[in-house]
Amino acid sequence: MSFAIKKDGDIVVVDVEGQLIVGNRQELKQKVLDELERGERKFLVDFSRTGYIDSSGLGVLVSLSKKIREQGGELRLADLNDDLKTLFELTKLDTLFQISDTREMALQSF
Amino acid sequence: MQPSSPASPPLRKLRVALEVEIPSDVRYIEQVVEVVARQCRQLAYNKRQTTLNVPVALTEALSNAILRGNAEQPAKHVQVRCDVDSTRLVVEVVDEGTGFDLNGCMEDPTLPENIVREDGRGLYLMARLMDSVERFSNHGNVVRMTLRRHD
Repeated sequence: MSFAIKKDGDIVVVDVEGQLIVGNRQELKQKVLDELERGERKFLVDFSRTGYIDSSGLGVLVSLSKKIREQGGELRLADLNDDLKTLFELTKLDTLFQISDTREMALQSF
Repeated sequence: MQPSSPASPPLRKLRVALEVEIPSDVRYIEQVVEVVARQCRQLAYNKRQTTLNVPVALTEALSNAILRGNAEQPAKHVQVRCDVDSTRLVVEVVDEGTGFDLNGCMEDPTLPENIVREDGRGLYLMARLMDSVERFSNHGNVVRMTLRRHD
């Protein structure tokens, strides 16, 4: 499991490879907060290479979304597989986040 | 003439019992999840059950046991007992804590006032992803989850 951060124009894109769970969520949180601290405001998390997410991983996304919004920015999500879509629907977090089917669609939505 | 190969034995007769013990360290969670999910895959549980239901519910139970039950104390351990056959998976997660009231801890995280909370989704997900979740005390605090196999 790892997180790769790239810039696409003025958008920070985070690839979550493997699981986003209790053992690694702080790493994701810190990486995104570091970018926010540097002045970045547009964030996209790409889940195309993600396995599963637990409640603490979901919690970190909620927390980051709040912190980014407080700074006038936005966190969007892309490319959830069917399992992840089910997870977001079960928790109704699909109503909290803007979720795009593909990375390209998400990048264009900003 | 080629000798006929013996037919594979029927999966429905197979029953696997596993016991795993880990230190109170969340870095072990993924390995335990993979051990249990692999058994379910071999017994032809459907894809969603082996990539969503079992991994997420078991991750929640293990992280509760490590972080809350054992308060991450290195001297304490978490036991996982898994009994799986072609009809159902029963998995028990045992910690050394004092236990908790399962129903008392379960607040609906999908209510508008809770949706922006960072925590409070773990027990809810376990209940939604498994057919049953029970808690009791028996030489430790036990959470038992059951999932019926679907093709």
